[in-house]
Amino acid sequence: MIHPRRRGIAAIVLWLIFLLACVGIISRTHFTTDLSAFLPRAPTPEQQQLMDQLSDGLASRLILVGIEGADAPTRARLSMQIAQRLRADRTFVSVNNGEPVNTERDRAFLFDNRYLLSPAVTPERFGVDGLHAALSDSIDLLASSAGLLVKSLLPHDPTGEMVQLLEQLDSGTQPKLVEGAWASRDGTRALMLMQTRAAGSDTDAQQLAMAAIRQAFDQALDQAPGATPSAKLMMTGPGVFSVTSRDTIKRQVTRLSIISLVLIATLLLLVYRSFSALALGLLPVISGVLAGIAAVSLGFGAVHGITLGFGTALIGEAVDYSIYLFVQSEQNSADHQNRIKRFWPTIRLGVLTSIAGFASLLLSGFPGLAQLGLYAIAGLIAAATVTRFVLPALLPANFRIHDVSAIGLTLSRVAQRAAALRWPAAIVLLAACAIVVENRASLWNDTIASLSPVSQADVELDTRLRADMGAPDVRYLVVVSGANQESVLRAAERVSTLLQAQVEKGELAGFESPSRYLPSVATQRARQASLPPRPLLETRLTQAVLGLPVRAQLFTPFLADTAAARSQPLLQAGDLQQTSMAMAVDALLIQQRGQWRALLPLTAPEGGSIDADPVRAALSAIPDVLLVDMKAESDSLYSGYLHEAIVLSLGGLVAIVVLLFVVFRSPMRVLRIIAPLAAAVMTVTAGLSLFGQQMIILHLVGLLLVVAVGSNYALFFDRPDPRTPILPRTLASMLFASLTTVAGFGLLAFSDVSILQALGVTVAPGVILALIYSAIFARQSDACQSNV
Amino acid sequence: MTRPRFRLCALVWLALLVTPIVQAAPLSIAQLMASLAKHPQGAATFTEKKFISILEQPVESSGELLFVAPARLEKRTLKPKPEIMVLDGDTLTLERGQRKRVLQLKDYPEVAGMIESIRATLAGDRQALERVYHLALDGGNERWTLVLTPLDPKVGAVIARIRMEGVKDVVRSVEILQADGDRSLMTIEKRASPQ
Repeated sequence: MIHPRRRGIAAIVLWLIFLLACVGIISRTHFTTDLSAFLPRAPTPEQQQLMDQLSDGLASRLILVGIEGADAPTRARLSMQIAQRLRADRTFVSVNNGEPVNTERDRAFLFDNRYLLSPAVTPERFGVDGLHAALSDSIDLLASSAGLLVKSLLPHDPTGEMVQLLEQLDSGTQPKLVEGAWASRDGTRALMLMQTRAAGSDTDAQQLAMAAIRQAFDQALDQAPGATPSAKLMMTGPGVFSVTSRDTIKRQVTRLSIISLVLIATLLLLVYRSFSALALGLLPVISGVLAGIAAVSLGFGAVHGITLGFGTALIGEAVDYSIYLFVQSEQNSADHQNRIKRFWPTIRLGVLTSIAGFASLLLSGFPGLAQLGLYAIAGLIAAATVTRFVLPALLPANFRIHDVSAIGLTLSRVAQRAAALRWPAAIVLLAACAIVVENRASLWNDTIASLSPVSQADVELDTRLRADMGAPDVRYLVVVSGANQESVLRAAERVSTLLQAQVEKGELAGFESPSRYLPSVATQRARQASLPPRPLLETRLTQAVLGLPVRAQLFTPFLADTAAARSQPLLQAGDLQQTSMAMAVDALLIQQRGQWRALLPLTAPEGGSIDADPVRAALSAIPDVLLVDMKAESDSLYSGYLHEAIVLSLGGLVAIVVLLFVVFRSPMRVLRIIAPLAAAVMTVTAGLSLFGQQMIILHLVGLLLVVAVGSNYALFFDRPDPRTPILPRTLASMLFASLTTVAGFGLLAFSDVSILQALGVTVAPGVILALIYSAIFARQSDACQSNV
Repeated sequence: MTRPRFRLCALVWLALLVTPIVQAAPLSIAQLMASLAKHPQGAATFTEKKFISILEQPVESSGELLFVAPARLEKRTLKPKPEIMVLDGDTLTLERGQRKRVLQLKDYPEVAGMIESIRATLAGDRQALERVYHLALDGGNERWTLVLTPLDPKVGAVIARIRMEGVKDVVRSVEILQADGDRSLMTIEKRASPQ
């Protein structure tokens, strides 16, 4: 019998090569934990905006910092010291804490370019009537309490363009100053707002930025005279979220993998009472895990942390195949190849049904789901193949495990009585159906927040700091696209005019636009052209001051300034550098993929919300303009995923039914196999609903896993000939297999990461139920029935 | 027991004798502040004239003042253009037409100095006044003049001095002389206290 032996060696060699290849691929794999797994593969224009904003947008680059504890002067001093240190750090584009850092430069920029920047500059304003009106306004302002602020400006700027610009900039939503630094409304926290150079999706860079902030804080603490141990640093923001969720996922995946391995190994040792059996039994598992990661890496270019978390749970299922091999095979048979042939067809069919189920996930537009599908398929195929072809060749000739026939016999007595539970089981099932139907409206959670790995405490901190800061939440965004900078700036100016009308109607509190700081060339030219030549302006001015308590001679600086403005070079993006406006233009005017885009974030009226419809209607006249509601967009994105996942899962179910039908060609047998699985799915769904847990996509994946794993049990219980009883060994192997699966997935139920927790609470009870229902609804062997 | 009775009489006599002398004596800053501090709130009308060199004629405005101790001062200008200025703590809110501006006093030390002088005087807050100004008081309780000279050169670059006149515990006028020679004169007429 040289043949099989040679085949065995060949299988081992191939397997080792395969493992090496997998390890090679994995060593070069990029692991991510960011939102990428949740973003669509084929986005709509609105979704594209959402994705860009999430990964790269202004809001994604903001880190909000709070300092609590100690007293107000200490907090302010810490804030200033941190700011001073970080302003020198290239990691940050800007560090704001209320200190007037750029004020001088900003004012100089606005003043020097006031005739190019002010939207009030029109030909009418520089006519006699316009000048008269503008002058009397300025004189009124001079008489007012703010007069002191504008007095020195009057000879240069009698039309008040500078005041216009300052008012436009000052939206009045800045936090209050306490001891010279921003503080929360209740004064118990110092606040800072930082913008990182790196995109929010660059988690490594965000982590470095966070480390820099913490270091600056620690150094400031060290320098502080006296002990300030009570001062506490808090950070939040999209980048901070991705860093903390990466840490959470990493920590959890590591911990869960270790615990589940230890649990499963302990369980197997108890059953096998043999270390070599344990080691051999884990080989298919390791092969499956490596194959799964390598496949996802090849298929998607990167592996998401969540996929790894899922992988730890799959350990519990992949180990089943070796359990079936060791426990079910004839203990005294020397020929390992033969011992496997007895049960291999059943296993093969089980693997095929699992693949049929998971293959549907591959079609998902939700990359996270597609990754899980691919991982599961590759992992299960690898584990089963290694069990079938490699493991028997590796078994030593005298391989044996602890005799489990005693357990098997007990189980088989239990299984024979299981039929007595048919009626109670049917009642439970009916109740489950009733619960599901009753709660069908609230079964699913279709907000994207349900997927977020960010803890509730972190979300609350974020909300608090954001409210303190009045930071933009950038929910509504008008996006203008065009072929070049000039065309988007011009479109942005037209949009601004329409939005301004909405502001005056009270629909909006305000909006931001890059064209405010960098008007289009056309607009700048038009404003220059609005300024009359000096002799003409002089004449008009003389007429305009009639009846006003000023002499025209006062405004000689004004004549000189306007004359200079008429021929001054037009503003370019570079001119903004070193002003606080540069940050706004950088964030709001974007060139990407050969296209230019201007972003105009909208601010809701105080205490109200934006009604998108009138705004959208007003904007409909301008082409290439999009009003994006980020929250609605992300929620609809997710509910789209959810809907798709439901359809795909049903598709997977159909695929399983078709597969079984092709194999068995008997509707009754197919029904007998499917029935316990459907019952398990229904009961789990009802249970979740009873415990008030709304289902997210990962519950659905969990249900699919219940079907995949449960199909093995159902297939073992199913026999074409009811006279052949189920072997006690087979029953024992199924019990052990389900226990390992429950151990693997059950752990996930204790995870803080909502998507892993969802998998855990679905699969662990589902697998046990599938086994029980399979036993209850299995055809009773004649021998058994005569016993009863 | 004649001696104690005599003592008592002497004390009463002494008291009668002494009190008018004390009242006629020059008012001390502490006394003025104490009497000003007695009014937790007050409402008044004002007329303000500004003499600005670049303007040919003084500009005049008028309206209402409302003070609520310790930190809130409202100046509601009705003419020539309605404007509301509210100083509350460190925050200065200016409402003109549809525009509302919120300023932090610390950002504008010149303005802060000016407004703080009025608020702190109305509140009888000597400490707050002496943080920014040197105080000189002249006159008696019936009619006094308080002159504030900025200590901070930054404030001094804008405000030369502030001169307040009052009668007993009421401020009657505030004259602000700016460093560039411009000045404003605000005359205040007390209205019935809202309380």
